[in-house]
Amino acid sequence: MLLSEVAYARPATLEQALGVLAEHPGARALAGGQTLVNVMKARAASPDVLVDLSGIPELKGIELGSDGTLELGPMTTYTELIGSSEARARPILGEVCAQIADVQVRNRGTIGGNVCASDPTNHLPPVMVAVGAEFRVSGTGGERTVPAEEFFLGVYMTAAGPGELLTKITIPPGRSDGFASVPIGVDGTCIVNAAASLNGGVRVVLGCVGATPVAVEPASADAEAVRDAVRDADLDPPSDVHASADYRRHLAEVVAARAVERAGKGS
Amino acid sequence: MDVVTSQTIGVEVNGTTYEREVEARRLLIHLLRDDLDLTGSHIGCDTGNCGACSVILDRTLVKSCMVLAIQADGASIETVEGLAGEEQLTPLQQAFSDHHALQCGYCTPGMLMSATALLRENPKPSDEEIAKAIQGNICRCTGYWNIFEAIKAASE
Repeated sequence: MLLSEVAYARPATLEQALGVLAEHPGARALAGGQTLVNVMKARAASPDVLVDLSGIPELKGIELGSDGTLELGPMTTYTELIGSSEARARPILGEVCAQIADVQVRNRGTIGGNVCASDPTNHLPPVMVAVGAEFRVSGTGGERTVPAEEFFLGVYMTAAGPGELLTKITIPPGRSDGFASVPIGVDGTCIVNAAASLNGGVRVVLGCVGATPVAVEPASADAEAVRDAVRDADLDPPSDVHASADYRRHLAEVVAARAVERAGKGS
Repeated sequence: MDVVTSQTIGVEVNGTTYEREVEARRLLIHLLRDDLDLTGSHIGCDTGNCGACSVILDRTLVKSCMVLAIQADGASIETVEGLAGEEQLTPLQQAFSDHHALQCGYCTPGMLMSATALLRENPKPSDEEIAKAIQGNICRCTGYWNIFEAIKAASE
């Protein structure tokens, strides 16, 4: 398909990338392109300039600190993360990335792209909130750190505003995490998903049931307690061709309980 | 920082070097099919779902309808045309023939590239690994079983 006319820049440094974004208000960052290129085909987005981030070394790579903290470059692809021995420090990351789409998409698609798209059906937003990730957001005016629960602002909207870029994802140490979903076909788009983390308390974060991930904190890891907590959250999920709102509310309880159970097994 | 709407790019496709001026909006699949006349890679869905446009870009399997041609500047690309020699099919292609792994043939170039990428990385894949490897390739004749058998045979 022929895309609408667009200009292109491939900066070699973060500073250059932020400069182009600042100069061109209609510019958009191009990460792996596995969402944005399709969105452009559908004319749902028409950026003036694509700022290709693939040539910026500092946005790549995975580092494991001595205390078990992981620092992920947002341009890390799903395939790179799945194959990273460092990333095994928090096993849920690779486990969930391996469930996203297919080989070709995982080879191009990036961690940063997944979270910055803030599509409510994406896999990683609930995972990032559950594990307590922190996002470094950089702009020409400087940088700030945003906790994952404050990063997702709405459908396709995040705390990384116009002219800003997500430049680092920090994942604290921890192991007892779990993920569960009901997707459309194996490894397809999620109808409802949930990530759980039992690293000090019980934290369950639901995806696909609202514009942004919904966190609940059950009194215990007991399945009934988890289901009660989800019921008490008064979810207001959308209805669509795949599932009614009522069915999504039901699935939310089911996948939350499964995610907690998997987290209990150390995932 | 240069912001361009078109650029002359150099790519190596199946061992041959090409230079072409491409618009920034041009998809890699169109560079291959329309500019280089390499029509083996197909456009099935044009939405990144079907995998008929799969090619190997710098040793990585990608869907060429979701990569911009301008991003491939300096890259080495393999398409289905590069698999066979003059007269000689690859063992994988021969296995596709032997196992009737193509019906209408539309998905075949993408299936071959996905299976080629798999067998390079993992010469002895398990049944599950074969199934996972072609998950991004849709056969609308639904002839998956013979494709699976062909890949399995080529791996043995």
